[in-house]
Amino acid sequence: MADRLDRRPPQTAPEPRGFGRALLVLEKEIKEEIYDCRMCGQCILHSTGMSCPMRCPKSLRNGPCGGVMIDGSCEVLPDRPCVWVQAWEGSRRLPVWRSHMEHLNKPVDWRLQETSSWENLLSRRDRHAPAAWAAYEQRSAR
Amino acid sequence: MSEPRAPRSRLHEVLLSGRFAVTAELETTDGGDPAEVHEAAAPLVGAVDAVNCTDNSAAHPHISQVAAAKLLLDRGIEPIAQFTCRDRNRLALQADLLGAHALGVRNVLLMTGDDVTAGDHPEAKPIYDLDSIHLLRIARIMRDEGTYVSGRKLTSPPTFLIGAVENPFAPPVDYRPLRLAKKIEAGAEFVQTQICFNVERMREFMRQAVDSGAAEKAWILAGVYVPRSAAAARYLRDWVPGIDVPEETVRRLEGVPRDRQEEEGIRLAVEICREIREMPGVAGLHLMSIKVGRAVVRVVDELGLHPRPVTSTAARAPDGGTSS
Repeated sequence: MADRLDRRPPQTAPEPRGFGRALLVLEKEIKEEIYDCRMCGQCILHSTGMSCPMRCPKSLRNGPCGGVMIDGSCEVLPDRPCVWVQAWEGSRRLPVWRSHMEHLNKPVDWRLQETSSWENLLSRRDRHAPAAWAAYEQRSAR
Repeated sequence: MSEPRAPRSRLHEVLLSGRFAVTAELETTDGGDPAEVHEAAAPLVGAVDAVNCTDNSAAHPHISQVAAAKLLLDRGIEPIAQFTCRDRNRLALQADLLGAHALGVRNVLLMTGDDVTAGDHPEAKPIYDLDSIHLLRIARIMRDEGTYVSGRKLTSPPTFLIGAVENPFAPPVDYRPLRLAKKIEAGAEFVQTQICFNVERMREFMRQAVDSGAAEKAWILAGVYVPRSAAAARYLRDWVPGIDVPEETVRRLEGVPRDRQEEEGIRLAVEICREIREMPGVAGLHLMSIKVGRAVVRVVDELGLHPRPVTSTAARAPDGGTSS
């Protein structure tokens, strides 16, 4: 179905067991239902007005491309609104995190596909960035 | 832009000097013969400050932008090599950035790129490992930190002037100035905008860019298209996503006979350019057309922007080559 275009990469992470497994199942159930979440394992919904950026056919993490149609629909899926138009509008309605739309989000770690972002948040695994990216970020934050 | 510094490229020298810059887009070619690139570029020699070499534009394969850039350098034309995130992952992009630099490329323009579904190979696997903002930051890391994004050292870092694109006309328009700021934060030093027909929207975008300080931190070059026929304007309106072609633009071109539409298109482009030139914060123009050379040179002429400034930074291939 055209409106369910799904370009997520294959899962390479091992299947979790025990607590990790429970967390994964729970997160998947809830977030797929509410956000059409694509389980990237490094959730940034707070900086995208609660609109899952991995639904964007270009997997953009930092804002809309230049191809958004004048009526606000997606260039790849003209029947659907641009994920980032929804993100912008959603962020304006949020009581918190509005300025998070300005966050410069790091490149995706594709190894985390189909893992639980909640577990990765707890374990701080989702903070990992390529070495020079992390160093640059730290330096510019100072 | 605060402290004076040695120009990274000819384009950089023009921008640093505060002179109004003019760039143009090279017509894409589809052959393995270097003469085709040289022919497409010939009318632009001396007419503009730098020439964009597109990266499989509109998701159609064409001659490699890095190869085309090298062929321009051989003729003394300064290239701006474009790189999209559509066809390459972070390994290939970093490798090609180094390769382009080794061949003499000193300006790069980094963007997301049209989707494969917009081109003639819609069945292809799109990459999008990075987005344009990631790529801008990585180019900046390579240049300023002298490493790959992985942290591994480069033996001789590239010295590029780094550019980005922004589309003031595509929704969500209120977010566009923030996205511009984000691109500058990521590493963009100059910005070329999407094609402007809607002058009022452009004015608003520039007003916000000036107010936010973005126009102080990066040079903004406004994109202008020279339509050579009513059909060309209709094509942009109907087939190129994200371009705002007002109805009156199409009607105006349709209102003159076919053989005079090119003249009318040049007149229209000149009018748009004049309005843009008056807007605070605009550092230059980026001109596009089909069969670029003649029409673009006419527009530059009519605007009184000839001759282009002579700079001490010359476009040249590293071996000295045949450049002028």
